[in-house]
This record gives sequence, C-alpha cells and structure tokens, in this order.
Amino acid sequence: MRTENQKFKSVSTENVKPPAVNIGLIGWIRTNLFSSWFNSILTVITVYILWKTIPPFVQWAFIDSLWFSTGAECHEAGGACWSVVLKNFRFILFGFYPHDQQWRPLLAMGMLIGLLFFSRNRNHWNIYLAYSWMLGLLLMGFLMKGGILGLVPVESIQWGGLPLTLILSVFGLTAAYPLGVMLALGRQSRLPIIRSLCIVYIELIRGVPLISLLFMSSVVFPLFFPEGVTFNKIIRAQIAIILFTAAYIAEVVRGGLQAMDRGQYEAAESIGLNYYQTMRLVILPQALKIVIPPSVSILISAFKDTSLVVIIALYDLLKTTQSTLTNPEWMGFSAEAYLFIAIIYFICCFFMSNYSRRLERELNRSNR
Amino acid sequence: MRQEKSDKADGLQSSEVIIEIQNLHKWYGEMHVLKDISLTVQKGERIVVCGPSGSGKSTLIRCINRLEEHQRGRIIVHGVELNNDLKNIEKIRADVGMVFQHFNLFPHLTILENLTLGPMWVRKVPKKEALETAMYYLDKVHISEQAEKYPSQLSGGQQQRVAIARSLCMKPNIMLFDEPTSALDPEMVKEVLDVMISLAREGMTMIVVSHEMGFAKSVAHRVLFMDFGQILEANTPEEFFGNPQHERSRLFISQILH
Ligand SMILES: Nc1ncnc2c1ncn2[C@@H]1O[C@H](COP(=O)(O)OP(=O)(O)OP(=O)(O)O)[C@@H](O)[C@H]1O
Ligand SMILES: [Mg+2]
Repeated sequence: MRTENQKFKSVSTENVKPPAVNIGLIGWIRTNLFSSWFNSILTVITVYILWKTIPPFVQWAFIDSLWFSTGAECHEAGGACWSVVLKNFRFILFGFYPHDQQWRPLLAMGMLIGLLFFSRNRNHWNIYLAYSWMLGLLLMGFLMKGGILGLVPVESIQWGGLPLTLILSVFGLTAAYPLGVMLALGRQSRLPIIRSLCIVYIELIRGVPLISLLFMSSVVFPLFFPEGVTFNKIIRAQIAIILFTAAYIAEVVRGGLQAMDRGQYEAAESIGLNYYQTMRLVILPQALKIVIPPSVSILISAFKDTSLVVIIALYDLLKTTQSTLTNPEWMGFSAEAYLFIAIIYFICCFFMSNYSRRLERELNRSNR
Repeated sequence: MRQEKSDKADGLQSSEVIIEIQNLHKWYGEMHVLKDISLTVQKGERIVVCGPSGSGKSTLIRCINRLEEHQRGRIIVHGVELNNDLKNIEKIRADVGMVFQHFNLFPHLTILENLTLGPMWVRKVPKKEALETAMYYLDKVHISEQAEKYPSQLSGGQQQRVAIARSLCMKPNIMLFDEPTSALDPEMVKEVLDVMISLAREGMTMIVVSHEMGFAKSVAHRVLFMDFGQILEANTPEEFFGNPQHERSRLFISQILH
C-alpha cells in the first residue's frame, strides 16, 4: 500500500512538458481554428466574411471620411460624414437647452458620472455615500432647472439629449429596484389582500408594452387629476418607466426568494429577528446576490427602453439625433449619426454588465 | 460509565416548572401529527426525545418556539403562554435557543457576524459587548480562531458548534436541539456532543431530539419515546434502554442497536 502510494507520487510530480504540437503559434491555430474539418470550414467562411466587410468599412469610416466639413461637402464625398455628429454635437447632446447655459447640464452629467464611478467601489458603500447621492441629485436638479443663485430658469420642456436620457435611466432604475423588491416581498405576503394586489399589479404591467404605458401616462393620467394639476411630461414618463421596470424586477427577485432555504428563515426567527430584520439582514442579501445577473439584464434593457420616450415627444438622445437628420443639410447621414448614439448606448450598457460581473465576483470571493 | 453518570448527578435541585405543555394537538392539513401531548419540564431538566422517523419529534420541539403553530392545547414557557400575541412569541423566542440538523448558519456573514446579529438587533446590545459575548462563546465551543471565516470554510462539526454558540449568545434559558449530530460525519459527532455535555453540566434546560444513546445515558434525566404523534413512554435512560416497557420502544431500541 505504502510503496504504491510513493510510486504514484513520483510519477505525478515529474515535470511533464506538453507535446510540441500544442504550443506556439501553429499549435494555437491548430487547436483553436482547425481542430476538425467542420471547424476548418467555419474558420474559412469567417475569414472570407471578414475579408469582404472589414476593409470596405475601414475605407468608408476612416480613410474616405470627412470630420469637420459642411453638409454640402459631405454630399460630394463618398466616405462617412462624421461632421453630422461633430457639427451638431451640442444639439444632439443637449437638445433645446439654451446654448449659453449648456455648461449646466454638462456639469450635472459630470457630477452624475463622478458619483457613479465613486460608487463602483464597494468599500465606499456607507451612509455618507447615500447622503452624497441625495445631495448630488438635488444639486443636479437645481443646476438643470435654475431659478436660484442667479441661474436663469430653464423649463423642463427644454431639457433634452443625453442628460434627459441619463436622468430618466438613473432615476428610473434606482427607484424601480426597491419598488420591485417590495413587490416581490408583497407577493409572498401572508396577508391575502397585499398578496393579490401585488400579483394583479405585476401581471397587469407585464401584460402591457412600455409604449402603451407611456401613452397612458401622458394621456390617461391627466384625466384622473383635477383641472389645473399638471405633472410635467418628464415626471409622467419617469413614473411610467419606474412602474414598468419594477414589475420585471419583482419577478426576478421572487425567483431569488424562492431559491432560499427554509432553514434560513427558521434560524433567523429562532434567534428572535422579526420579519423586517429577517428580510433585511438574512434573506435579501442572499437572494439579491443570486439574482444579480438577471436583474442587470433587466436594468440594461430598461436603460435602452428609455429611448421609447420619443413617442411622447420628449427630446431624448435618440430624438435629438433624429431631428438633426431632418435638417436638409444633413439629410442622408443617418448611418453615421445612429452609429454615434449606438456607441454611447453601448458604452453605458457595457459598463453596467461589466460592473455586475465584477460585483458578482467580489461577493463570491467574500463568501468562499 | 461511572464518570458519565456523574454528569447528571447534580440532578434537579429546583422544582420550578419552565415548560408546560397541556393536551397539545397539531395538524398539517388533514394529517394529525401531534395527538394530545402533555409534558412538564423542570428548570434544569434535560430531556432526550427519540422515536421513528415521522413520529412528530421535530414538530413537537418546533412548536415550543413557534416555528410551527399548534391548533389545540396550551404551551406555557416561563409563565408566558404561546398564542397569536406577537409580544409573547417574541418573549419566548428570546428565552429559547434552537439548534438545527443542518446548522442553518447565515452563509453571507462571517462566524462573528453570525453570532452578533441576534444580540445586536434583537437584544440591542452595543456592538462592543456583543463581540465580547461572541468571542466568549466561540472560545467555549473551541473555535475562536475561526471567528473571521465564513461558514462554508468550516467543517460540519465546527459549523454545528458555531450554531450552538450563536444560540447561546442570546443568553437563552432553554435550548432545543433537533437531531444536532445526524447530518455529521461520524468523526465529528463527538466534538459536538462534548459541547452539549458541557452545556448540560452548567445546568441548561435542554430538550434534545437525538438517537445518540451514549449522550442520552450520560446527560438525560428523562427519555421520551414518540410514535404516531404520541409520547408512548417516558422514563430514565437506564430504565428506557435497559428495560423498555412499550412493545414499540422495544422494537425501536433493537433497531438503533442493530
Ligand atoms: N411542513 C409540513 N407540512 C406537512 N406535513 C409535514 C410538515 N412537516 C412535517 N410533516 C409531517 O408530519 C409528520 C411528523 O414530522 P416530524 O418532522 O415531526 O417527524 P420527526 O419525528 O421529526 O421525523 P424525522 O426523524 O424524520 O425527523 C411526518 O409525517 C411529516 O411527513
Ligand atoms: Mg425531525
């Protein structure tokens, strides 16, 4: 027995090198691109497609492109006309916000992005961060709206472009998440009234597209309020987005709650924690962690869906781009303009999914 | 053997009743799982409950801290009656600790956080004091070096000892154990039983659902045998294991002895 063990050990610790075919460039190509005849065909087809598409695209986007020209010059040339974006940069980004005041939304966005970056680090998550968010959001509101400290008031009808998109998303997502969690808890409530209310709400909202909710918020809601009481359009759209996203978050969170072991509730109860303490300290931290990936997909799609506010005539990023393109000078350059906003959306979504993966890794590490 | 006996020789000095169960009935839907159970537990008494699977042992002790609701009869713990009054349930839970078969530690918290959660949130003890208490009990169950680890980094036996310490941090007067060693690998059973025995020596009132005969013999004042939702026999461990009265207990003992 003993000798056998030793023999086994001596073989396994010997320094064995991988066979030569598996290393080096040729080895890599062989194992990754031509490991079977089927993979070889796929490789050849892929290379062919890339060959046919990449060079022409580079030619169009970079070599033949115009960056600082007028629309007329662009119509003459054959390449991409990035001037459509650069010449209309401020309108696309800020919409009808008064030209000489546009430093204000710029500063507000800077604050928002700064706060977001600061919040990335979990070590910064404490009560002061919550305060600085509240303070920051308030300041941003004042900056945008003006009317105090000598800032010229700017009506919210004039807000537009990227700040509007970011406001709708950040407020929408941060408000929808807690609401969704509460709905999920309500759906599990022992009180039949609360439970049925939550179920009805969730199922109703999930049975309706966001577009119709947005229409309803701008057409139907005002009917319920007495004459003279008007919410501005942005708040109405914001409410519709929050209500919509919350229903989806609720369903995802419910999945996480159902995955929890009964023993966790029992242990919490047996040391005397009440319902709220049990949920807050024991159940939700675990359940929400399980559902990070699906919640982030919901948040990402909600972020992209904010562009639907164009249908109630809010000038978000998509709408400012579209109206630029209706200007005869810049007509016909939609590919360039849409590519540009696609890149903005992509950066934001990529940031979110990247961050969620990091968060998941960190939380896993601390539990291992 | 002589040494084991001495563990309980201290016996019961007081005759204060700490748990009083009168004509308890419990149904799960149509199924009658506890049938007319009456039981009186003295302060400092240690009771081992055994019986075949599905006989209602877990249900009985879970009724005592209201993890399960009973439908008929009365349960009075330390003078407080268990009913729908949340205040009473709160009082009783603060007084009764429970240890589960599968430990049920909170996996997202460190060992220390597991131990301080209850004291800080329920008993509103300041953090510093809660930490001191936690370290005291961790020391007592011999795992103070693991305080900063997470439950998944500990062995089953260590986790169960942490679970015992977590209950003790709430300073309970009564401890309930639901098969605390039956999910453990054999080599870890002893370390957990040792902790329980030392707890018994300090005079804790304990109700333990367990089939560990050695443990029952060394610490229990009484062994209850349950089957079909009833207590069929209640006797001293010597009498119960040496000379079982009921035909079903005889069968049961022959089975756990193989
Ligand atoms: N939540 C529940 N819902 C319905 N029936 C249940 C529930 N819990 C237990 N029972 C049933 O009640 C009876 C008693 O269960 P209990 O868990 O008290 O038995 P036990 O003596 O602890 O058994 P074991 O030794 O297997 O743990 C069993 O028939 C069981 O199937
Ligand atoms: Mg049981």
